[in-house]
Amino acid sequence: MAELERKIIPIGPFHPLQEEAEYFKLTVEGEKVVGLDIQLGYMHRGHEKICEGKTYDQIPFVVERICGICSTSHPFACVQAIEDAAGIEIPPRAAYIRTIVGELERLHSHLLWVGLAGHFLGYNTVWMWAWKYREPVLEMLELITGNRNHYAMFKPGGVRRDIEGGMIPPLLQVLDAADKKIMMLTKAILDDPVLHRRLEGVGVLTKEKAVEYSVVGPTARASGLATDVRKDDPHAAYDWIEWEEIVLHEGDVFAKAKVRLLECFESTKIIRQCLGKLKDLPAGEIDARMEYPPDGKGIGRYEAPRGEVFHYVKGDGSLYPVRYKIRAPSFMNIKSNEVAVLGASVADAAITLAAVDPCYCCTERIAAFNTKGKLLYTWDDLVKLSQEKTARMGGGS
Amino acid sequence: MNMSVGWVFFYLLVFPGFLFTSVVGLLYTWIDRKVTARVQFRVGPPLLQPFYDFFKLLGKDTFVPEGAPRSIFLGAPLVGLASVSVLSTVLLVSNMFPQQAFAGDLIVVLYLFVFVPIILIIGASASSNPISALGASREMTLYLAYELPLLFALATIIVKSGGLLKIGDLLQWQWANHPFLYSASGAIAFVSAFLCMQAKLGFVPFDIAEAEQEIMGGTILEYSGPALAVLKLTKAMLYFTASIFLTVFFWGGFRSPRQGWYHILGWLKPVAIIVLIILIKNTNPRLRIDQALRFFWSIVLVLSIVGFILAAVGL
Repeated sequence: MAELERKIIPIGPFHPLQEEAEYFKLTVEGEKVVGLDIQLGYMHRGHEKICEGKTYDQIPFVVERICGICSTSHPFACVQAIEDAAGIEIPPRAAYIRTIVGELERLHSHLLWVGLAGHFLGYNTVWMWAWKYREPVLEMLELITGNRNHYAMFKPGGVRRDIEGGMIPPLLQVLDAADKKIMMLTKAILDDPVLHRRLEGVGVLTKEKAVEYSVVGPTARASGLATDVRKDDPHAAYDWIEWEEIVLHEGDVFAKAKVRLLECFESTKIIRQCLGKLKDLPAGEIDARMEYPPDGKGIGRYEAPRGEVFHYVKGDGSLYPVRYKIRAPSFMNIKSNEVAVLGASVADAAITLAAVDPCYCCTERIAAFNTKGKLLYTWDDLVKLSQEKTARMGGGS
Repeated sequence: MNMSVGWVFFYLLVFPGFLFTSVVGLLYTWIDRKVTARVQFRVGPPLLQPFYDFFKLLGKDTFVPEGAPRSIFLGAPLVGLASVSVLSTVLLVSNMFPQQAFAGDLIVVLYLFVFVPIILIIGASASSNPISALGASREMTLYLAYELPLLFALATIIVKSGGLLKIGDLLQWQWANHPFLYSASGAIAFVSAFLCMQAKLGFVPFDIAEAEQEIMGGTILEYSGPALAVLKLTKAMLYFTASIFLTVFFWGGFRSPRQGWYHILGWLKPVAIIVLIILIKNTNPRLRIDQALRFFWSIVLVLSIVGFILAAVGL
């Protein structure tokens, strides 16, 4: 066969595939992708720096705005980091409420992804139906927290609002209805022969590569890598209740979709159990007092819908942290596309890129400015700058 | 056949040619959008929305990409528009006056149908955009995939009717006997022709050449303003024409010798066909181009050959 001419097919910076600005430079021979260059850095917002100028009470609100979809995962990890640094134990009722909000968020996020995946395949009916069935979940969140998104529910030491006894029966009702709808949607998607043919064996990420790229969340669990912070490092109420970790071994886009859909049922299971436990606990005990601002380091991990989110905080006893560090799950997952996409056709590349459920602005910690081709800092310069700052902060470890 | 030049122009430009087809075609796109919206729990646009969209595009600028041959890039949509106008005129006039058909009009219809993919390929290739080129190559593959089953489907009904080659004769045969759809071979031919039309119209699961989420519109990526409006209009007219094509060749035409209510029901046949098209469109994901090729060359082609053999033995 004659050598095919190599061409560049850009996905991004602005592309109908995804709403955010990202740039995947696909090198193609005909339809086949032979190279992928991932360029991010269009949406740096400086969250870590902003956090250094906020008090510990304010930080959860700032990190909540990192992501509009996992807007409770970042505060979840954040308050755990602060509590870790300050050495606070939260009351059990707060732990249950945190778990409920976290799982409701996972439900809505997974349904949102299923809808988007349908849209990326030109299957707009799945998109609209999934988002319609996501609506009751958002209504539950509104009932509990007062907001459909950006719940403002968490604070260091506990939660801001209680779930009162009278709210539980209607919540369970909505949950049952949502369960049925999600079951219908799951069956429709998992039994669709065309979707099987379209997604099976596409964008395979083997277990070895999953380990190599340290992917997290559903991306890892679809590749046979049993990693879930909720099981590995139990926090909140996750080790007080019964639930299964969904692990599949195929590693293709279909497995990723299946993991997410099946996790929805685990989430409803968790929420049901938590709501049941709430009845036995004294109402109103939802926060522990933070007596002094933390003097030291703390970390918080939480299994966001997209994978592990990690927050690190370092305090010096003042009202403000001296360093705040965030790692979003997409930071680990996006890079794995390098191997998942190679050899696929452009059509498969599009859905594979979306299958890790990427969240670009959450993950960006660096910005590149147009300096007319002049490089301001090399990678080594940046590492050096970072080390200098650590030394300035007093003792790197 | 004695048609004055004036009448020919009237048929071509006003009724049932350009003007009529474009208005009905745009109304078809409204039906499309409305049914799609209802399937997806949405409200859908008002009746005149496709017209607003069309006239709005007319008022926008047209950009010709750098390095693109202007005449070919902008000429392609116009050729497409003209060919679809003639196509619908031939189909509709031979349905209204079956005895006036000219020899070989079936061949003319087939040729004119080919024009639409061809102008899309030419326009996209002229735009000098690699993504459009990808769309053009997909459109070409798709065309090669569905053309052979479509020819076999038409051969089936020709054999079935005993070798009639004029559209008018085929219609009169159906009126005298029964629509081809109501026989085993005709039904099979209808199914394969229907799938080919879905691909020709570029609808899901065969919207591979445009695939918004992959190649951002592919063949029509570089078009804007009036040129895009003309392309969209061409597609809308093709929508109408494809449903007429299926009705005329397989379902006894929309106009039958019987009068009264039956006559009105006849006009609903193409609408029923497009509702079916819309439902298929909304219950499937997009196929990959190699899957589409395999689908047409294995399943649909075999299906239409079976239909052809059935027709040859008289079923």
